[in-house]
Amino acid sequence: MIWLAATFLILIMMLFAIYAIHTNDLLYAVVAAMAVSLIVSILFYILQAPDVAMAEAAIGAGISTAVFVIAIKKTERYEHD
Amino acid sequence: MIKKSISFILIAIVFLALFLTLANDVPFGANRTVVSAKYIYDGVQDTGAANLVTAIVVNYRGFDTLGEVTVLFVAATGIGAVLYNMGNPVRKKREKTEASLIVKTGSKVLFPIMLIFGAYVFIHGHLTPGGGFQGGAIIATAFLFRYVSDTRYSIDHKKFTATESVVGMTFAMVGILGLLLTGYFLYNFLPNGSPGELLSAGIIPIIYIAIGIKVGAELTGIVDNMMGVEQ
Amino acid sequence: MIFYMASAFLIAIGLYALMAKKNLIKMILGITFLDSGVNLLLISLGYINGGTAPILLNGVKPGEVVDPLPQALVLTNIVIGVSVTALALSVVIRVYKHYKTLNSDKVRDMKW
Repeated sequence: MIWLAATFLILIMMLFAIYAIHTNDLLYAVVAAMAVSLIVSILFYILQAPDVAMAEAAIGAGISTAVFVIAIKKTERYEHD
Repeated sequence: MIKKSISFILIAIVFLALFLTLANDVPFGANRTVVSAKYIYDGVQDTGAANLVTAIVVNYRGFDTLGEVTVLFVAATGIGAVLYNMGNPVRKKREKTEASLIVKTGSKVLFPIMLIFGAYVFIHGHLTPGGGFQGGAIIATAFLFRYVSDTRYSIDHKKFTATESVVGMTFAMVGILGLLLTGYFLYNFLPNGSPGELLSAGIIPIIYIAIGIKVGAELTGIVDNMMGVEQ
Repeated sequence: MIFYMASAFLIAIGLYALMAKKNLIKMILGITFLDSGVNLLLISLGYINGGTAPILLNGVKPGEVVDPLPQALVLTNIVIGVSVTALALSVVIRVYKHYKTLNSDKVRDMKW
């Protein structure tokens, strides 16, 4: 039962990862990367590792996203092909 | 176009090689504990900590944690050095879009609660899942919340740097004290106590409190350095 | 088994972003995906069937916990990943201030 939920989450994570690389708007890409980090944190909890899940949720989906958004604010928002 | 299709084929080869090797040769869920059998069966007796990951990170492999704290410190110093002389250090101008009054007041109310929650996570590192790095990240998130909700908020950089240096030296001092008292660097020289109590597990609470405050001050310093750059 | 595919997919996406994209911030996003993929692979190698979280309180016996050693390694790796990302982004801010563009083809020429 829990492995079914894990399969569903992994399929959604793959869609988010493909979208993060493909889009031209960098702010949307960073938000999609934050969603990937959040789903990876849930997968860590399913694999019985609560310390690592808390670290990934606090650091990966909190501080890393904030640093990316500050860097995008000081440079450009759209990617030119 | 040529470059994209060649890289696509190469990435597909890498993905298939990795996935097929893992699926055929490495069975999922098999018992592979050779080195960690000693940590699992003797961990609570040797260190007194109920959380085995904390016992490994601080006690059995404490030297790697010292190296990681050094890496974080070098990165924070490097960011301060790269972004030197790049803008007004004090943000006092009014932005174009301001947050509403509810957000500003709510962030001031939630700020001490988040600090206490972060302190709880790194003080109870040897009993519940958590520890220094997680608690430090929660404290940095609390300061980031104040930054986001108010555009004229800035921290006192000198106090944060002083706190970070003092706490980092505490970690090294605990190690040197272990060297003087027992003859081994970072050896456990306090009594173990009974597992499950708050005051147990020797030097683990002291080291995790030091790491928690240090990581929190460092990540806040990184965010403040990057925010102060003018566009 | 599905976790091996997820981690191999994240590693492949990270490598593709490093190889085929030109924007500097997209490349750093690819490095972040690489880190997440490798961490997921390490944790899924330490899973034991029927095991529980490695905290020995409330009657948990030492014979039924998962492997705690890869979790300690991954804890270190997450913090190192975020510090490398922050340092790379501050270098990108400095490059943008000097070259006024984020295209890696244009910033590769060394001009006097």
